[in-house]
Amino acid sequence: MEKVKLTIDDKLIEVEKGTTIHKAAKELGIDIPVLCYMNLEDLGIENKPGGCRICVVEVEGRNNLAPSCSTNVQEGMVVHTHTMRVINARRTVMEFILSDHPKDCLTCAKSGNCELQDMAVKLGVREIPGQEYAEMSEYKMDFSPSIIRDLDKCIMCRRCEMMCNEFQTVGALSAFNRGFESAVGPAFEMDLEYSTCTYCGQCVAVCPTGALTEKDHTRDVINALSDPTKTVVVQTAPAVRAALGEEFGLEAGTSVTGEMVAALRRLGFDHVFDTDFAADLTIMEEGTELLGRLTAHLNGDKDVKLPILTSCCPAWVNFFEHNFPEMKDIPSSARSPQQMFGSIAKTYFADKINVKREDLVVVSIMPCLAKKYEAQRDEFKVDGNPDVDFSISTRELAHLIKAANLDLNTLPKEDFDKPLGESSGAAVIFGVTGGVIEAAVRTAYEIQTSKKLEKIDFEELRGIDGIRKATVDFDGIPINIGIAHGLGNARKMLEDIKAGKSEFHAIEIMACPGGCIGGGGQPIHHGDSSILKARTKAIYAEDAGKPIRKSHENPYIIKLYEEFLGKPMSEKAHHLLHTGYFDKSNKIEIS
Amino acid sequence: MTKYKMYLLVCGGTGCRASASDSIVENLKQELETKGLQDEVQVLMTGCFGFCEKGPIVKVQPDNTFYTQVKPEDCAEIIEEHIVKGRKVNRLLYEDPENKKHIEDSKHMNFYKKQIRIALRNCGFIDPENVDEYIARDGYSALGKCLSELTPKDVVDQIKESGLRGRGGGGFPTGLKWEIAAKNEADQKYVVCNADEGDPGAFMDRSILEGDPHAVLEAMAICGYSMGATKGLIYIRAEYPLAIKRLKIALEQAREYGLLGTDILGTGFEFDIEIRYGAGAFVCGEETSLIHSMEGLRGEPTIKPPYPAEKGYLGKPTNVNNVETYANITAIINKGANWFNKIGTEKSKGTKVFALAGKINNVGLIEVPMGTTLREVIFEIGGGIKDGKKFKAVQTGGPSGGCLTEKHLDTPIDFDNLLAAGSMMGSGGMIVMDEDNCMVATAKFYLDFTVEESCGKCSPCRIGNKRLYELLDRITQGKAEMEDLQRLRNMCYVIKDTSLCGLGQTSPNPILSTLDNFWDEYVAHITDHKCPAGQCKDLMKYEVVEENCVGCTACARVCPVGAISGDKKQTHYIDPAICIKCGACEERCKFDAIIVK
Repeated sequence: MEKVKLTIDDKLIEVEKGTTIHKAAKELGIDIPVLCYMNLEDLGIENKPGGCRICVVEVEGRNNLAPSCSTNVQEGMVVHTHTMRVINARRTVMEFILSDHPKDCLTCAKSGNCELQDMAVKLGVREIPGQEYAEMSEYKMDFSPSIIRDLDKCIMCRRCEMMCNEFQTVGALSAFNRGFESAVGPAFEMDLEYSTCTYCGQCVAVCPTGALTEKDHTRDVINALSDPTKTVVVQTAPAVRAALGEEFGLEAGTSVTGEMVAALRRLGFDHVFDTDFAADLTIMEEGTELLGRLTAHLNGDKDVKLPILTSCCPAWVNFFEHNFPEMKDIPSSARSPQQMFGSIAKTYFADKINVKREDLVVVSIMPCLAKKYEAQRDEFKVDGNPDVDFSISTRELAHLIKAANLDLNTLPKEDFDKPLGESSGAAVIFGVTGGVIEAAVRTAYEIQTSKKLEKIDFEELRGIDGIRKATVDFDGIPINIGIAHGLGNARKMLEDIKAGKSEFHAIEIMACPGGCIGGGGQPIHHGDSSILKARTKAIYAEDAGKPIRKSHENPYIIKLYEEFLGKPMSEKAHHLLHTGYFDKSNKIEIS
Repeated sequence: MTKYKMYLLVCGGTGCRASASDSIVENLKQELETKGLQDEVQVLMTGCFGFCEKGPIVKVQPDNTFYTQVKPEDCAEIIEEHIVKGRKVNRLLYEDPENKKHIEDSKHMNFYKKQIRIALRNCGFIDPENVDEYIARDGYSALGKCLSELTPKDVVDQIKESGLRGRGGGGFPTGLKWEIAAKNEADQKYVVCNADEGDPGAFMDRSILEGDPHAVLEAMAICGYSMGATKGLIYIRAEYPLAIKRLKIALEQAREYGLLGTDILGTGFEFDIEIRYGAGAFVCGEETSLIHSMEGLRGEPTIKPPYPAEKGYLGKPTNVNNVETYANITAIINKGANWFNKIGTEKSKGTKVFALAGKINNVGLIEVPMGTTLREVIFEIGGGIKDGKKFKAVQTGGPSGGCLTEKHLDTPIDFDNLLAAGSMMGSGGMIVMDEDNCMVATAKFYLDFTVEESCGKCSPCRIGNKRLYELLDRITQGKAEMEDLQRLRNMCYVIKDTSLCGLGQTSPNPILSTLDNFWDEYVAHITDHKCPAGQCKDLMKYEVVEENCVGCTACARVCPVGAISGDKKQTHYIDPAICIKCGACEERCKFDAIIVK
């Protein structure tokens, strides 16, 4: 690789050709502030529109200041990152941005976690001259079931647009209007609800300000917990425990399962359960469905739909309902673990503790925003009563815990309640890309071959590449498995299936980068992809430490089938644990 | 073919057509038929003559008689007198403002005397809807020469040697641009014509396309040959319907003649052109924005490099030049680079077309050699300031340029001199201002435009320009303080220093140049709460001069808001709290009893 020598702040450095000034400066320990720029390096996601102009630096011989995030180094370049000209420009541009930004930091959902706020502090902005007569751009609020958009707070960093279009290929968000009135949203300023939005929440995950936030249900949860007539049960998704600690100052990748259970119990939940239990249940149903289709295929049935696609990711379900409705019979009909849990809690468990369905409130803690939408789908309600009453994100849970004067750092480790709190290691790995299919393989292999797995870890299914392939030997029968995370990668897989070019028997799809650990409801990563890696590591460590690592060995799952469901894919299971999908391709209406 | 003895050329530019030049053509033809002269005299609708001030224009050839402000009902007289009897219609001839004599031949008019027409050479001479007329004036001979005698490298060298610089505003050397595009290897390359003329008051590109569309098509084909491109695209704003119509006709005719398409002139060279429509966003004149707009994306710029010559339309090497730049190409090929580079100044060769507008006698389109002074343009060609008022400033370069003053009048116009004077060439808008123009209000006008036209991508342009406008607005309302001027200047510098594209990098120029040249006027607004030019309404106050008022009540009757009170034959009073400063009272008063303070 060709090298380039340059000087930054009087320090000589040699870097690879094609490196940006910003990156070269970083190597020297000079942290040039950036605002719109974001680089999730491990995932190959980079946003550099060069729009905010905060990262400008002085380059000798150049007329104007250069945006360091998007200007490549050149041989002999002399760069100054903190001359008075640069500092004045940076601060003035920041004053511009703040002059068109609401000042309601005290009540903003992103307060304390806002990159714009941090930048204002860093640049030492103390007043905004002319604010008293500065017009502010105003937009209507958009309240969707999952995401709230307050575009008054949009700073046009375009990160959400990049995630929505380039990474997810959803195309719900793009810049609209011109000049001072520009912001990012669905075409014709429609509400998200009428767009192709899948509620994956990746826009929220990257938004530097409070322009995009989750629909907050913490108030509803507090109300339910304080209602003496209600029995409130909580379920926590696998990826939550690997990230919640970050909200309490713990290093990324610190697993806080026990502390989280303790906190939930102290918050007043009557039963602290685990979505992982339902993940094991999902494997029983989905795995059986997979084997059913596979066996039919191997027996020469030409009508059987293969590959089978996983269906536990609600954003992914929304995605194919919008974009590939003609293929809606391909994904597994198994409901997601969140919904399986809700369904079982409000039947099997409610009966067990003798509580009426209406008096049982199911709260889910999810790394995800699409789960909020999923929970309120009509097909998951019985006489208007939803199987899952409220779905809150990891971030919302952190707020609840803090509001109750609790601190994860000082809480003891406690265990989930029984029966819906027991789970296998296979369930834990649902939280990362490749995990669901690995869990399914662990079970399907043993059922299909009637042999015990020698090696439980399927390293070939793990990793961070957007599209991965592996062939697993089912005792002589090679099973081709595909894995995609990110809806853009999912789209490629689907296009192949549509064109009849797919070689897979089963495909796992997760909408978010890295799987649920990178979900839209997780603690904000602020563009640091090493955080996602650390969370992944924590999930696999949790799996390795579990005494039971295969779903079909979970004793409470076995008991559930014995006592209630019969066998996988039974009529009762079908009624409670499976679902159908809808054609939403025509749902786009001009409101 | 009919051999005509005389020609009647009627201006078919957008301006003259708006003044019924279509009917003039109709009537002239009818009158000729009545007299049975239809086979001896031909009536042609041409492109713009440039002298828009006195349009519609009818020119008689071969004697060069130049009739101005012709109305459809004048046609009978023109045919009867001029064509039949050989007597010129004096009342329709241009009158020299100095000696009040009628000028028969247009070449004796001051407006045309100092002009050299290269880009506009065919405008007003030929029927733009007839390729034969273009060919008759050496049309497509340059393309023929390139294809048969010159290698692509020869063509690039010729353009480089000519010293031609981009006429769209930046002044980048055209030959160099072509060379870079030629050197970048790719399976497909594109030649783009930027016809997204957006400066307020500028209409030279439109006039060229309306008056001489083939000149642009031919030049694009030459460019395609030089860089190895087979596809051309013209990006034109949809609000130029006449130019689009004539381009379409020209494309069709050129294809029919084998001047576009496959195997052009039997040489095996392939080139064709498509038209792409823009919605009129100013920023789409910036080449990366233009390309994105053509790609179907949001019209907003991206950071350069990569330049379009490396990665342009659909990621392929693309050469973007504007209309006027292309309009110079065939002349350079035909007459030689050395002919071209003798015209103009050391670093700016050739001519430049300007759209003269504002408080000037001869509003219109002119083409002068680089190096002509502002004084020559304004006072000789332009005929000086309207209504005998005093010259105050001239704005060049549109919203990217600045206001130049008396002291700049003898500056020879070229790219570098205008830049050094605090303005810029821009695409060629030139707006002349007199003593009644407030310079703060002028700066505000341009900022209003920039705020409207900013794409919104980068923060300094999106928000900063809005803040500049707001502060200027405060100044024109007398609400600003002296320290605000320092803040204004700082904001200007930062916006120039940090904006992503040329729009934001130059948008503060109208403010900076007026701050430099008209500082006192800013101060007067702030400290005296007065607008010296009397343009800023918020600072105006209508008052009754007691000794002149006879109490006729005329003012009170005309006041639309009832701000004037007073009994008959008594001195009247204007309530400043109610007055909306419409000026109706002042206009109505016969006794000079109402003044503006």
